[in-house]
Amino acid sequence: MAPHGVSAPDVHSSPMRRSTFVAIATIAVIALASAVAPALGARSPAAIGDVIGGRLLGPFTHDPSGTFHLLGTDRLGRDLFARTLLAGRISLAVGIAGALLAGALGVAVGALAGWRRGALDRLLMALTDALLAIPRLVLLLLCVALWEPSLRTVVIVLAATGWMGIARLTRAEVIAARGRPYVDAARALGAQSSRTLWRHVLPNALGPALVATAMGVGSAIMLEAGLSFLGLGVQPPAASWGNMIAAGRDVVVSAPWVSLVPGLAVVVVTMCATILGDAARDQIAGRRSLSA
Amino acid sequence: MLLLWLVITVVFVLARSAPGDPVLMTVSPSASASEIAAARSRLGLDAPVAVQYARWTRDVLHGDLGTSIATGRPVRSLLADALPVSLFLGGVSLLLSFVIGIAIGAAQARRAGTRTDLAITMATTAVAAAPAFWLALGLIAVFTYGAARLGFPAALRLPAFGLHAPAGAPSGGAWFVDVFRHSILPIGVLAAIGAAGIARYARSALLDVVGLDAIRAARGRGLTGARLAVHVLRIALPGLMVLFALALPGTIAGSVFVESVFAWPGMGRAMTTAILARDLPVVLGATVLYAAAVIAANLTADLALPLADPRLRPDVA
Repeated sequence: MAPHGVSAPDVHSSPMRRSTFVAIATIAVIALASAVAPALGARSPAAIGDVIGGRLLGPFTHDPSGTFHLLGTDRLGRDLFARTLLAGRISLAVGIAGALLAGALGVAVGALAGWRRGALDRLLMALTDALLAIPRLVLLLLCVALWEPSLRTVVIVLAATGWMGIARLTRAEVIAARGRPYVDAARALGAQSSRTLWRHVLPNALGPALVATAMGVGSAIMLEAGLSFLGLGVQPPAASWGNMIAAGRDVVVSAPWVSLVPGLAVVVVTMCATILGDAARDQIAGRRSLSA
Repeated sequence: MLLLWLVITVVFVLARSAPGDPVLMTVSPSASASEIAAARSRLGLDAPVAVQYARWTRDVLHGDLGTSIATGRPVRSLLADALPVSLFLGGVSLLLSFVIGIAIGAAQARRAGTRTDLAITMATTAVAAAPAFWLALGLIAVFTYGAARLGFPAALRLPAFGLHAPAGAPSGGAWFVDVFRHSILPIGVLAAIGAAGIARYARSALLDVVGLDAIRAARGRGLTGARLAVHVLRIALPGLMVLFALALPGTIAGSVFVESVFAWPGMGRAMTTAILARDLPVVLGATVLYAAAVIAANLTADLALPLADPRLRPDVA
């Protein structure tokens, strides 16, 4: 890749930057609306009112009490727009928390394995390889089969099944970093092993793990939606995008908007997460090739 | 093989560390303490953990996955019925994903930077981000329930449930047509999502290759069109083969949802119904079998890679 300052014909630089901005803005709007809007509504989006008169109304309609429903209502007459935002709280929080925990666990395991090496390294990497051999969704299903499905289970299980790739990345970075002169210098100055790892090695080894963690948010949201769709994730009456799609499953012909709206939310957020992940990866790759 | 043993061990540890007593699921709620104890020793769960582990490992490696609690059938025969369905669904989808995905990626790489390229990138990113079960619901709404109302020709009114018509399997050509029509939507969903992901990868992989000196040299020798494309694909092939192994878990995940929505009697459906029925032996058996499939696929990719990339052949190095 060409160094900065030299004008290289880079075909995807300018539209990519715009798409990165759009992705950040979209996620910010959805997250903010999810965080704030359910608290602003006059009526709780979870409350059930006039079920017979208000159920399965189409988008842009008024129910018998005169309330306007931008995106229609579900089978219990609850406003879908408000409920999608309410579900966004849980889906986004679960996705972000699951990915962050997975990232933290992965960095911890990878750093330990790469720094200590020896038997501990071999043990941890054997565990990593074994878990990587099981497709993540299957591992998730196994875990929810063994533990009771709940919000907390989903977050823990997302973390427990998402750390392996990050551990491998971190381990490789730590092993590369430990041979660098600044590590020898820190040792020569008498820094303790743990301090050297924490203050000198990790900050320089964290880049790829951060990108992988950020990219993990999208897949965590997707997996939560999948588990909840199968009835094994977030349990009703708590709303998540996945169980909202499932709720629209048997009215998919007469009231397609019930599944359509939360599904679109998943697609938009996952898409933005992908775009941001790509942008972050490109940036790191660019910086790497400059310093090399 | 070592990896498979590690997987078996991890699954055993997970199963043992879960809360709840598996014995209580096999006896009636009114069972007395002595009946529970009898069931426990019948299941071999009264033995020390080490003995249980040794038995479990030995049994699994011999292909004995225990007995399904819900149906009383051996897990092995239950999964043996389900495996071909999933292999068919996943195999055809994966193949289509690659053919279509690489074609799209190559078409994009040729017009990199244009509006068409950008539009296709947006489309593939969106489809790759769509949950399989959600796409499946949408297709069912349009092609199964909506087809008659929307005035689609009879050929586009597609069945959505099961692998063949409930009236029983007709023979010969009719059977084939029936299965084919039942396969269009499930395989379509998986192939679309897979192809979108692979197109994203193939586009950048091919663009990287096009920038290489080897291709500039080939251009300099006057190669164009199909002959140049062969050169590009030849260099990009090892990367795409690695992608084949990487794409497998995604296809498996997608097939679990697709089998659930379309009621296909495959592995994914066996696993999800077993979870809801608290039928642990089936869940554990399916997990091990899925892992074995992934390990086998990775091994195949590792063995096939030197064929595509001469640099990896031992006699060259």
